[in-house]
Amino acid sequence: MEEVVFFAGAIGALGGAIAVVALKNPFYSVLALVVHLVALAGLFLTLHAEFIAAAQVVVYAGAVMVLYVFVAAYVGGVEEPEWEPITGQRFLAPVLAVALFVELSIAILGTGLKAIGEEGPTVPLGFGSPEAIGTLMLERFLVAFEAASILLLIAAVGAVVLAARKREEEAASVGG
Amino acid sequence: MAVEWYLVLSAMLFAIGATGVLLRRSPLVVLLCLELMLNAGNLALLAFARSTGTQDGQVFALVVMVVAACEVVVGLGLIVAMFRRRVPLNVDELRGLKG
Repeated sequence: MEEVVFFAGAIGALGGAIAVVALKNPFYSVLALVVHLVALAGLFLTLHAEFIAAAQVVVYAGAVMVLYVFVAAYVGGVEEPEWEPITGQRFLAPVLAVALFVELSIAILGTGLKAIGEEGPTVPLGFGSPEAIGTLMLERFLVAFEAASILLLIAAVGAVVLAARKREEEAASVGG
Repeated sequence: MAVEWYLVLSAMLFAIGATGVLLRRSPLVVLLCLELMLNAGNLALLAFARSTGTQDGQVFALVVMVVAACEVVVGLGLIVAMFRRRVPLNVDELRGLKG
C-alpha cells in the first residue's frame, strides 16, 4: 500500500515539476506547481510528517500560490526572447542538470550510512503531530522560532516598501 | 519504502528545479523553480527525520517553508515593482544592481 502511495506521489511530483519548467505560459506553470505541491504533501504523509503535510497544503498550495496567481495575472505573459547569452544554453542546461542528478545519486547511494536502505525505526503514536512539533518548536528550537517570526515581519515590511507607489510618482501620474 | 527512494526522488526534483533556473528567463518562473528546489530539500529533510526517528528534521522543514514564504513575498514585490517601472522582465537584462 505504501509503495502505491509513494509511486503515485512521486509521479505527480515529477510531472508537476517538469510541467513547471516546460510550460510556456507562467500562469500554467503556477498551476503545475500546485499539482507538484499537493503530490509532495502526500509523500510527506507517508513519511509520518502529518503537520508538515497539512502546512504544505494550507500555506503553500493555498496562500503562496494565490499570491503567485495574482502576480502572474497582473504581469501577464512575459515574452521570453529567443537569443541566448551563452551559445547553446538550451542544450547545456539539461546536460548540467543530468550531471547534477547523477552526482547527487552517487553521493546518496554510495554513502556509508547503514540506515539508508531501511525504512527507519517504528515511530511512536503522535510522531509529527502538531502537538509534538509545537512542543519542539517552543522548547528546543525557540530561537529558530523567534528568528523565523522576525524574518517574516521583515519580509512583510520589505514587500510593502517594494510594492508601494512613490508619492512623487503618484503626483506625476495625476498631474500628467 | 526505504529512505533512499525518497532521497533519489528529492535529487531528481532538485535537478529539475536547477534546469528551470538555468533555462527560463522570466523572473516569475525562476522563482517557481526556486520553490521546486526548496521543496526537494524539504523532502530530503523529512526523509532523514523518518530515518533517524526524531522530529528535528520536521522543524527544519518548517523553517525552510518560512524562508521560502519570505523569499516569495520579497521576490514577487520586486517583480511587481519592475513591472510598474517598465523594466524588462528578463533575468538576462537584469544584470546590474544599480537602478
